[in-house]
Amino acid sequence: MSKAIRKFLLSMIAPALLLVSGGVSASGASVDVHVDIDLGNQAALQRGARTFVNYCVSCHSAKYMRYSRMAEDIGLNEELVEANMLFTGRKVTDHMLVAFDPEDAKRWLGQAPPDLTLVARSRGPDWIYAYLTSFHRDADRPWGVNNPILPGTTMPAVLSGLQGEQEMDADGHLHSVTEGELSEAEFNDLVKDLVSFLVYIGEPAKLVRGSLGVKVILFLMVFTFLAYLLKREYWKDVH
Amino acid sequence: MVARLKQIACGLIGWIDARFPMTKWWNEHLAQYYAPKNFNFWYFFGSLALLVLVNQILTGIFLTMNYKPSEADAFASVEYIMRDVSWGWLVRYMHSVGASLFFVVIYLHMFRGLIYGSYKNPRELLWLFGMVIYLLLMAEAFMGYLLPWGQMSFWGAQVIINLFGAIPFGIGDALTVWIRGDFAVGDPTLNRFFALHVAAIPLLLVALVFFHIIALHEVGSNNPDGIEIKKNKGPDGIPLDGIPFHPYYTVKDIFGTGMFLILFALIVFFAPEMTGKFLEPDNFVAADAMVTPEHIAPLWYFAPFYAILRAVPDKLMGVMAMGGAIGVMFLLPWLDRSKVRSIRYRGPLTKIAVTLFVISFLVLGALGTMPAGDVETWIARICSVIYFGFFLLMPIYTSIENTLPEPDRVTMK
Repeated sequence: MSKAIRKFLLSMIAPALLLVSGGVSASGASVDVHVDIDLGNQAALQRGARTFVNYCVSCHSAKYMRYSRMAEDIGLNEELVEANMLFTGRKVTDHMLVAFDPEDAKRWLGQAPPDLTLVARSRGPDWIYAYLTSFHRDADRPWGVNNPILPGTTMPAVLSGLQGEQEMDADGHLHSVTEGELSEAEFNDLVKDLVSFLVYIGEPAKLVRGSLGVKVILFLMVFTFLAYLLKREYWKDVH
Repeated sequence: MVARLKQIACGLIGWIDARFPMTKWWNEHLAQYYAPKNFNFWYFFGSLALLVLVNQILTGIFLTMNYKPSEADAFASVEYIMRDVSWGWLVRYMHSVGASLFFVVIYLHMFRGLIYGSYKNPRELLWLFGMVIYLLLMAEAFMGYLLPWGQMSFWGAQVIINLFGAIPFGIGDALTVWIRGDFAVGDPTLNRFFALHVAAIPLLLVALVFFHIIALHEVGSNNPDGIEIKKNKGPDGIPLDGIPFHPYYTVKDIFGTGMFLILFALIVFFAPEMTGKFLEPDNFVAADAMVTPEHIAPLWYFAPFYAILRAVPDKLMGVMAMGGAIGVMFLLPWLDRSKVRSIRYRGPLTKIAVTLFVISFLVLGALGTMPAGDVETWIARICSVIYFGFFLLMPIYTSIENTLPEPDRVTMK
């Protein structure tokens, strides 16, 4: 019953929340972890880009994102990107596509790996962070791993070399069983940087819209103040 | 030199006036249109609705230049606008946020009409034009939401079009195929929704807005006291409580515009998704007929009516209840039997009824976006009864309650 009352109260205040809340995650899925993304940290975005290109792009595309745009936005040199991040025959102005045919991927993995350009907007950064850190051994699965965030996932544990392998106990807690190349803190930072990069490619305009918004609003405040003075002047003779 | 320029300007205006009623219209609708001097906060939303309409048309034109209305290209073309088109992201957010704020403004504008009795004689036709604008706006928003071709676009359209399938005698199924142009939502649906969204409905909207304003200026504006300012005229024939719309209300509305634009910019630049309320997370996944989203929710401005639909167990009855919830608003001028217009001079019954109505509408709106469990469904049923009760019992409670005496002249408070 108390749950019903709580739900009722929630439904009453929801419209008010709609107008005041700005910081709640846009993601529909709810996970326990929260990851703070700072898109102003260019070094983190560059590290995230490196991880993305090394570990993700061989299977996942980011087909609405161009390498050149990424280079410009996160402060990378186009020649460096061309030399280190591109497959043979690709131009820096190309979109981030996968090297192989999606039909092949479907045959190998059961389904084509989804495009990741907008995954941070549809799933939310917290979800991606939780997903990438929660792979664990499961002998019943084709790749020998499963994931509580997306049960039955067809993705192999691509980052297990860095993280080490995990097992899930009966209570659903994950614990490490083998050492990876990175410590736990280092690995979590790597995933956080990768998630930051995904948030950036989800909406490149996010890098500029906040600072532009501040200028626009300052202008509008001056404009509105002057408009108020004008209104007051005209309305002096209305009683 | 200055005198000469003045002479040329006057000459030019005279030349035009001899051929087109420019000065006449300026005077009739602005400089010599006398509006009550006691307009309050609620009277900003008419001009703001016009502002948002212009915003939607202008940003819409620029979006149309880069958008491709085809199943294969639509989703990618929106992302192209968001990334590769100069300022495309800003134009797109101004359009998507503008759509939601259009409804915020229109709902507040309608609420103003409701509490001050602005629909009562002689303003019935003004209210009806407004209701047609509201209907067109809902059609415009619904069709526009299909265009990004995301999962919510696709499945939302699927669900809403299927509602017509509830019509019996074999009409429903034939009708849904006719609307979609196919057996499922697809390329033909997207193409026709695009045509209706960018040409047909905007043309009708602009025409109706024109009629709405002409009707308003014919009968004159109501005001928070709900009394006719034309009853008290000075020797010059000008209402004693009237002030010329220009400059008084033009400068006041410029101030209102500034306040509104600050709010608008806050959302556009800092929360364009509005935590998933204005742009839903699932709509960042391209439409896929093979994958049904876990929870298909309408956007917030349709949510109250969607909640009424779901509150009724029978599909056909639910569709009729949803249609009736909008249709009953058309009857408002004839349901209200009160001797006074404004809520300021009405009795307690109307005040209680309006309060309950607002609460039920907000609760229905919140429920409409949530998955419906047993508790939610029962709350939605109670609120639906209050919603309809507000309208259908109005002839009774507005005629039996005692009203307060209206003042002769408007009050400034």
